[in-house]
Amino acid sequence: MSLRIVVLAKQVPDTRNVGKDAMKEDGTVNRAALPAIFNPEDLNALEMALEIKDKHPDATISVMTMGPSRAAEIIRDSVYRGADNGIVVSDRKVAGSDTLATSYTISQAIKKLGNVDLVLCGRQAIDGDTAQVGPQVAEKLDVPQITYAEELIEVSEKSIRIKRRLERGIEVVESKLPCLITVHGSANPCRFSHAKRVMKYKHAISASEAAERGVDTAKLWAEKPYLKIEEWNATDIMAEDERLGLTGSPTKVKKIENVVLAAKDSVHLTPSDEDLDGLMKELIAAHIIG
Amino acid sequence: MANNFFTDNEGLKFHLHNELMEEIIRLKEKDYADFGKFDYAPENYNDAIDSYEKVLDIVGEITGEVLAVNAEEIDHEGPQVVDNAIVYAKGTTRNHEALTNAGLYGMSLPRQYGGLNFSYVPYVMAAEIVSRGDCAFANIWGLQDCAETIYEFGSEEIKNEYLPRINKGATCSMDLTEPDAGSDLQAVGLKASLDENNCWRLNGVKRFITNGDADIKLVLARSEEGTTDARGLSYFVYDRNSNAITIRRIENKLGIKGSPTAELVFNNAPAKLVGDRKLGLIKYVMTLMNGARLGVGAQSVGLAEAAYREALQYAHEREQFGKAIKDFPQVYEMLANMRAKIDASRTLLYETARAVDMTKSLDALSKDRTLQPEERQTLKKYQRLADMLTPLVKLFSSEFANQVCYDTIQVYGGSGFMKDYPVERMYRDARILTIYEGTSQLQVVAAIRGIIQGTYLSRIKEYEEVAVKPEYQAVRDRLIKMRERFETMVAKANEFGTTSESYDFNARRLVEAAGYLIMCNLLLIDANKNDMFASSCAIFSKYAQAELEKSAAYIENFDVSILDSYKSVFME
Repeated sequence: MSLRIVVLAKQVPDTRNVGKDAMKEDGTVNRAALPAIFNPEDLNALEMALEIKDKHPDATISVMTMGPSRAAEIIRDSVYRGADNGIVVSDRKVAGSDTLATSYTISQAIKKLGNVDLVLCGRQAIDGDTAQVGPQVAEKLDVPQITYAEELIEVSEKSIRIKRRLERGIEVVESKLPCLITVHGSANPCRFSHAKRVMKYKHAISASEAAERGVDTAKLWAEKPYLKIEEWNATDIMAEDERLGLTGSPTKVKKIENVVLAAKDSVHLTPSDEDLDGLMKELIAAHIIG
Repeated sequence: MANNFFTDNEGLKFHLHNELMEEIIRLKEKDYADFGKFDYAPENYNDAIDSYEKVLDIVGEITGEVLAVNAEEIDHEGPQVVDNAIVYAKGTTRNHEALTNAGLYGMSLPRQYGGLNFSYVPYVMAAEIVSRGDCAFANIWGLQDCAETIYEFGSEEIKNEYLPRINKGATCSMDLTEPDAGSDLQAVGLKASLDENNCWRLNGVKRFITNGDADIKLVLARSEEGTTDARGLSYFVYDRNSNAITIRRIENKLGIKGSPTAELVFNNAPAKLVGDRKLGLIKYVMTLMNGARLGVGAQSVGLAEAAYREALQYAHEREQFGKAIKDFPQVYEMLANMRAKIDASRTLLYETARAVDMTKSLDALSKDRTLQPEERQTLKKYQRLADMLTPLVKLFSSEFANQVCYDTIQVYGGSGFMKDYPVERMYRDARILTIYEGTSQLQVVAAIRGIIQGTYLSRIKEYEEVAVKPEYQAVRDRLIKMRERFETMVAKANEFGTTSESYDFNARRLVEAAGYLIMCNLLLIDANKNDMFASSCAIFSKYAQAELEKSAAYIENFDVSILDSYKSVFME
């Protein structure tokens, strides 16, 4: 029996390089203005999966991403680095999903894949920073979860031992498989693309990419099936429509404020309990902390 | 965005897309014969050039994110000898692993041996990129050149035994130098003899061996007892697993400290003969040496690029007298000259790499089938060009790298003299470039034939035939005047007699004049294609003109009696 690993990855706008037009007037992220990148902690998760494959060479790694057709870039990038294959879950019905709808969609796709031993994902994505999708997927799959993973210590076909990075230290935990792991940014950075894999897989393409570019892929996929990037829609994953996308998302954005932190005048505080107490109360009142 | 030393350098992309590349790749890929046989082989030119870009992108990323980051620490830590083995600095090992895991060794080796079968141009480009990240590490990566020699001259048995290991990260060294055989390799004395089982055994000492504890070593040794010259030398391959070498020490060097330089004792070390006996130095080492010289060219351009970027950034940030120092004429002159020298040596580097590429591919083709008459002509043409340009690349790029690093420290002022900034490391690293793989003086010796036979002159005239846009006609006219001045200079030197001491004494002036003219003409052709070279073309051609005038004036006023004055200095 060989391990079946799924890595959840997301293509995100590069919020680390935000320009003037990063936000639209309605307060949503202007994705067109920001370069789309591989969510950084998902790369840490992919590396952990590859480390498992280093130890168990017959393990298979499938990378799963939800998004528009261009999210296939994430699959190609993953395969260049060593993943075996990938699946894009793409459907207009999933647009506007919050974390609940996303985790439902993803868990349905994982169920379709079947017999998965390990699900690895980044702790959180840099566009939403919620860190909710991983844990929610674990709940929906009804498997144990290990969050904030920093280091793979040991893995067998039955169990996995992980070092977790916590606020006040580290913790080593073991879980039976199947389980889900969310990986922290302090874990090993992902290895680079392999030259031969890049040349082999650079022509990999999904059906909707092929349609957009007007390419006929019948011959290509027949001769080289590894160049087909799987694409699943809502029907493929047997999802209930009302649980998808905006309809399935109870989260409503009430208001988005642009907070400009401009220090007009500075306040001098003495290192006394009284001044510190005053500062804390002020920060709590302004909802900056707490 | 992540640092990427390929994508941030438009000059590289320009040279990668030279119009000769289509023919170069077609020949290298033997009309794309591997397509269908290997899943990573290209189908056509567009596919191949796209792969080159994508793979160079990985080289650029690893260099920017790993090599450049580790360089400082490696320089401080350096390698050491532990239990008769060389242990790299930790960063060196990390660099090597990152490049191995990305499949970036054996770039130009055929696919059947696990290589990428890249043509020479992208390989040289990768070497330039790697050198920009860490000049010292570039040696360890660049010694994969040895695989080329094994591939070209080794038997099937040797090829199958050694070549597949290269892509998996086996390192190489070329063991030529001995205590009494440096520039004069004919004096090599390490003894090779056949034992009772008909196995070659090596005994003796090698010195200054870069990456001395490599997995695969190419060793020049004296196989013909009783001989004293080049004709008694053969080439051998030695496997580290034989454990028959003592590492006497590693040198404490001025620069490239991450690259271990070792003194080795061969203790009856088993080895295999590469190619034929007696051709070791005459044929194989000369081929390897030409590759290594081009490698130093790439290393020099890469290091100069790294230093220039440091200088440029510092000159923007540093303010004196109320403004950034880049705004002072004496500073911006230095900066623009650096840039011009880099653009000039880079265009010469890739012109040479293309000539080597054409030569190698046609030569490989000639082993499969008889070449057509016009193919033989092409091979001859590019072979001549490669031979003629290689010493110029080595000479100019290494001297320019030193000048660029010198000026970078000058731009930094007192801070540049401190160990706090990377520029002092670059300055130290640069110093070896004009020395190893043949000193600048030896490059002049190799190039002077081109002056005597007029091959440089005819090549310069060929460049003058390339049409340029009207706005570049003034530069063209100036270059033609400079060429005429060069011809006068050569004529004057010929009066001394080409075998005279006076001629030898002035050889460097003549070779440099030819080199300046070739670089000026190449830069003009580049600028004519792409405006990004316009400034460098203007700046470099003025600079070269002044240099040429200086040499011309010296030769014009030369009087043989001056030699006695020179010699009297050390005869006292």
